[in-house]
Amino acid sequence: MALDQSQATAPGTLGRPPVRVPEFFAPARLLAGLWRYLPLVLLALAWEAATRLGVISPAELPALDKVGSAWWGLLAGGDLGDNTFISLSRAVAGLAAAIALGVPLGVMMAWSKPVRTVFNPIVQAFYPMPKSALIPVVVLWLGFGSASKILMIFIGCMLPITLSAFNGARGTDQVLIWSARSLGASRLATLTQVVLPGALPEILAGIRTAIAFAFVLLVSTELIVARHGLGYMIGWLGDGGVYDAMFAVVLTVAALGFLADRSFLLLMKRVLRWRE
Amino acid sequence: MRQGANRIVAAPAQIVIDRVSHTYRPARGRPVLALDNVSLEVRDREFVALLGPSGCGKSTLLYLIGGFLPVEAGAIRVDDRPIAGPGPDRGIVFQHFALFPWKTVRQNILYGLEKQGMASEERQRRAREFIDLVGLTGFEDSYPAQLSGGMKQRAAIARTLAIDPHILLMDEPFGALDAQTRNLMQVELLRIWQRSRKTVIFVTHDVQEAVLLAERIAVMSARPGHIKEIVEARFDKEDPGLTRSQPFVEMVDHVWNLVRGEAILAQRSGAG
Repeated sequence: MALDQSQATAPGTLGRPPVRVPEFFAPARLLAGLWRYLPLVLLALAWEAATRLGVISPAELPALDKVGSAWWGLLAGGDLGDNTFISLSRAVAGLAAAIALGVPLGVMMAWSKPVRTVFNPIVQAFYPMPKSALIPVVVLWLGFGSASKILMIFIGCMLPITLSAFNGARGTDQVLIWSARSLGASRLATLTQVVLPGALPEILAGIRTAIAFAFVLLVSTELIVARHGLGYMIGWLGDGGVYDAMFAVVLTVAALGFLADRSFLLLMKRVLRWRE
Repeated sequence: MRQGANRIVAAPAQIVIDRVSHTYRPARGRPVLALDNVSLEVRDREFVALLGPSGCGKSTLLYLIGGFLPVEAGAIRVDDRPIAGPGPDRGIVFQHFALFPWKTVRQNILYGLEKQGMASEERQRRAREFIDLVGLTGFEDSYPAQLSGGMKQRAAIARTLAIDPHILLMDEPFGALDAQTRNLMQVELLRIWQRSRKTVIFVTHDVQEAVLLAERIAVMSARPGHIKEIVEARFDKEDPGLTRSQPFVEMVDHVWNLVRGEAILAQRSGAG
């Protein structure tokens, strides 16, 4: 109480009620955001300066403004939109399949010893394997279309998600399961109502890693064998010597990856708001 | 204790622990005999403390009654039936609260009520009632991470009491709280117990706490745990000057003398 009074009588801003501003538009936040990404802006300026001053030949690195107009051209022509849609659909399909299978497998591995005995050696052996080595095999099986890309993304994303679900579920506090059981929950109910939500922080962290893997595998698979997609565009434009357009697609992929990661991080914070 | 058919006069033993031994098998290392031939009868509506040094198996005994660990040697019967896993007839409160961290106080309490198959309106009403009972009104929608230790334990007690178990198992419930909060919670538990009159088995290593709360104290020996002596501690628990009264102080002294030797033994075996 004493503290409240001293605040009310103090001069300045302490006693004033805070002004409610929508978070996104708060000038302080916007400024802080700009400040945070200042190094990125400086890098872009350095790029533009280096090409304009002739430090780097435009054949090796096209000027940023050329890349910008090439990007606009690709967007206006519809190529960029179509191929982005195709690539993102493949990424989403592969990731969704990896989550749908990886999470239950990881949780079951933690829950049941027979399941663990069978799958643990398989998961451990395949986890460190470079998944891109499988691209030719998968293409041989499924051909040049979307199926091979989706399978590659699925293979690459499934293991980190499985392992994170396994570790998260294995770390479940025993007394939480006991509490649920003594409150009347069945063994099966504790699996979905205690073990799964308890493992959620680790599962989401695993999915975040998997999103990054998905982009790597998407572009590398499309680069090697594809007829559509952003990776295919990069390869095709590069082979044709259209470097400004090629760079425009490369930057698009980078921006999409960044946006996907940031959005997922926001989602994570929302879902895990109980963690303080 | 049983005197023929007249069950009202002599309360039957509700929990019968009959020559129970338990071996703890760690993933690595040798198996340890945690409980050695323990027998104890707890009557209906009685408040019994299990008191002993750390590692004496008092929590293990509680987990056996709770049905969390299997009874391997001997027998435990609750209401004349052997234990088959955990159940809502035996509510438990753990030292570290064991609230579901992803649920608010209200959601934690509602969870148990849902499992009892209670109708929605009745659940909400009952949750409010027990939030009020433990003095958490205003914090219903807080997550456990936003609460102090004392408030977390109140929430955990409310969650357990709300499903109305016949037996309340408490595993050093106030051991993680600071001294002042602990005193307040002890008084509150007595108040709640006097109102609801449940059978309570209360595990602690705090002599004063055991004498203050329990009607009978089972003093346990160092590992392997067995019951060394059962002490009656029937005081007028509502007397505010109880802890300073001569009989109370003498009783604490007496029990402490029983425990001290065991605590020293426990320390030696722990160091060895």
